Amino acid sequence: MVGILEDKDRIFLNLYGLQDWGLEGAIKRGAWNGTKDIIDAGRDWIITEGKASGLRGRGGAGFPTALKWSFMPKEVKDRPHYLLINADESEPGTCKDREIMRHDPHLLIEGALIASFAMQAHTAYIYIRGEYVYEREILEAAIKQAYEAKLIGKNNKHGWDFDLYVSHGAGAYICGEETAQIESLEGKKGQPRLKPPFPANAGLYGCPTTVNNVESIAVMPTILRRGAAWFAAIGRPNNTGTKVFSISGHVNKPCNVEEAMSIPFKQLVEDHCGGIRGGWGNLKAVIPGGSSVRMITAEMAETVLMDFDSLSALKSGLGTAAVIIMDKSTDLVAAIARLSYFYKHESCGQCTPCREGTGWMWRVMERMVKGQAEHREIDLLLQVSQQIEGHTICALGDAAAWPIQGLIWNFRHEIEAKIDAYRANKPHVQGASLAAE
Amino acid sequence: MSVRRLAPEEVQPKSFAWSKELEAKCAFWLAKYPPERKRSAVIPFLWLAQKQEGWVSQKAIEAIADQLGMPDIRVLEVATFYTMFHLAPVGKVHFQVCGTTPCMLRGSGEIIKICKKRIGEHHHVTKDGKFSWEEMECLGSCANAPVVAIHDYYHEDLDADSFNKIIDDLEAGKEVKPGSAIGRQKSAPEGGPTTLLDPKLYDGSLAKKIKIPNLPEKAK
Repeated sequence: MVGILEDKDRIFLNLYGLQDWGLEGAIKRGAWNGTKDIIDAGRDWIITEGKASGLRGRGGAGFPTALKWSFMPKEVKDRPHYLLINADESEPGTCKDREIMRHDPHLLIEGALIASFAMQAHTAYIYIRGEYVYEREILEAAIKQAYEAKLIGKNNKHGWDFDLYVSHGAGAYICGEETAQIESLEGKKGQPRLKPPFPANAGLYGCPTTVNNVESIAVMPTILRRGAAWFAAIGRPNNTGTKVFSISGHVNKPCNVEEAMSIPFKQLVEDHCGGIRGGWGNLKAVIPGGSSVRMITAEMAETVLMDFDSLSALKSGLGTAAVIIMDKSTDLVAAIARLSYFYKHESCGQCTPCREGTGWMWRVMERMVKGQAEHREIDLLLQVSQQIEGHTICALGDAAAWPIQGLIWNFRHEIEAKIDAYRANKPHVQGASLAAE
Repeated sequence: MSVRRLAPEEVQPKSFAWSKELEAKCAFWLAKYPPERKRSAVIPFLWLAQKQEGWVSQKAIEAIADQLGMPDIRVLEVATFYTMFHLAPVGKVHFQVCGTTPCMLRGSGEIIKICKKRIGEHHHVTKDGKFSWEEMECLGSCANAPVVAIHDYYHEDLDADSFNKIIDDLEAGKEVKPGSAIGRQKSAPEGGPTTLLDPKLYDGSLAKKIKIPNLPEKAK
C-alpha cells in the first residue's frame, strides 16, 4: 500500500477536485450527514468529543482545538460571540487550505456551523487572503447553496441560527496572526494586539471570539461523525489524526496529500512525491513545517516522523505541515536570504526589534550570499536573531529568526565556505590571506 | 515593511464614482457586517475600486472614506499597508510573479528574468500600456510552483517556455487559461493521484443514514 492512511480513513475526499465541489456532490461524499444529531447532542458533548479526539490546531501552533473552544464564556451576556475562520494561508510552503476551500467547501461550512454552535456564536466570518480570488468565489457559491438548502441561516434545519460570511484581506502575511486578523476584519491595518486580553474575552468588535484555521474547522464534522476514538487511533498519542501535507521544492512530484500524522518523512516523500529529485542521496535539507520553522539536515530527515513532538525534539516544528525540500544543488544561504526578505517585507512595523531587525538580518544575509561578510558576523547574526526572538508582540519576530538559526546551526559551514571563496585571491580583503591558505 | 506612497498628483484623476454594477456589490459587502461596523468593509471596497479603475487613486480613497464614515487618513493607511492595492496605474495585464523560496526552488528566477527582459523593471508599464509585473510574496500554491497570477487567477507549474507562450498569447490578444501548464490535476502528484482511488468513497454509500457513535444518553 502507498503511505499509511487507507482511503476509507481520509476526510477530504475531493482534495484534487476530481469530483463535484457543490452541495450535491458533498452530500454524496458524506458531508452534512447526521449534523442535526451532532447539534442535538449539545455543546458539552461536542467539546468533550473534540478534546478526546486529540485534534491539535492545524494552523501552525498546534494548540488543542476543542480546548480553545472551551475558553469562550459559558454564557452569552451583552456581547455576541464570534467564530473567525483563518483562511489567510500565506506561510511559504503552505497550500492546503486552498484545496479545502475550492474542492471541499461544504466540510468547512458544516464545521463552521458545529464550531459556532459549540461556542454559542450565531455569526462566523471566514477571512480569506486577497490573492485567493477563485477560492473566494467558490466559497461564496457554496455558502449560497447552504443557505438555499436551509442548512445554515435563520430558522435552518439544524435549529441553531447561524450566519456565515466571507471577508478578505489584501496581501498581508501578518493578517494570519489571530489578533492582526481581527484588526484587519475591523477595517484597520493588520497590526497584532497585545495579549491579554485574549480574543476569547475581547476579540472581534470587542466581543468574545475564537480564531481557528480552516483545516481545524473542516475536519471536525467527520471526527464527530466517526467518533473521537477513530481519529485518536491514527498517528501517535498527542499527535493524532490525519493531516494534509503540502510538499514543495525538489521532489519529483510535488503535491498535497492527506496522510496519517507521524508518517515517517522518508515514506511521505517516497510514496507520494516520487522521491527526492536525483534520489534520496541528493537530499540536502528540509524545512518541515512552513518557512517559519528551523530547517533540518538530510541525516535528521532519514528517521524523523512528521508530527509535532518528533519535529520539536529536533528544534524544528510541524507548523502547517508544509514541507519544503532542498536538494544538493540548492544554495541554502540564498534560499534562507529570500525568506529573510519575505519577513522583512511582511513585518507590520509595530515592534522595533522586528521592524528594524528583519531588515538588518536580510541585509546581512544578502552579503553572506555573496560571501561579502566576516566570519565573526555569523555569530553576530545568530546573536541578533536571538534578541529579536521573543521580544515582539506576535510571533513574526520568532518566525524571521528561526530560519536563520536553523541555517547557522545546521549549515554554518556553507556560509563559511562562501566567505572563504569570496576572499580567495583577494589580498586586499581583510583576513583574505588567512582564508586562502 | 515596505514604504508605499500615493501616485504623484499629475497621475491622479479628478473624481471617482462607482459604476452601477459595483454599487450593488458595495451593498452586498456592507450587509455582511453589523450596521455600526461599516468600516469593516474598507478592504473589500478598496478592492472593488481597484477592479473598476485598475488602481487605487486618492479620489477613490476619499470617496470610500466618505461612504464608510471614516477619516481619510484611516483609509489611506489601509491602502498603503496592504500590498495588493496598486497605488499607481499598472498595465492592462499585470503579472503577479511569486518569488518566495518554494517557487524560487522550482525556477521562479527564470520567470522573473523573462519579465525583466520583455517588460522591464517591476511596476514599469510598457509603452502600449499593456503589461506590467511585480514580484509577490508567497501566493500559497507551492505544490504547483512556480506560480504567476494573471487577472487574479493562478497559472501554475510554469517554466520559461510556457510563460513565454502566455505572454505571446496575451500580446496576440488571445485568452489564456489558468491552471497547470503541464496538465496536472490541481495539486495531485504529476501523473495522477496516489490516494483517493477507492470507488466506494464516491458511490453514495457515505450519504446513507448513520448513527453517530458515542452520543450522550438523552440525545439517543
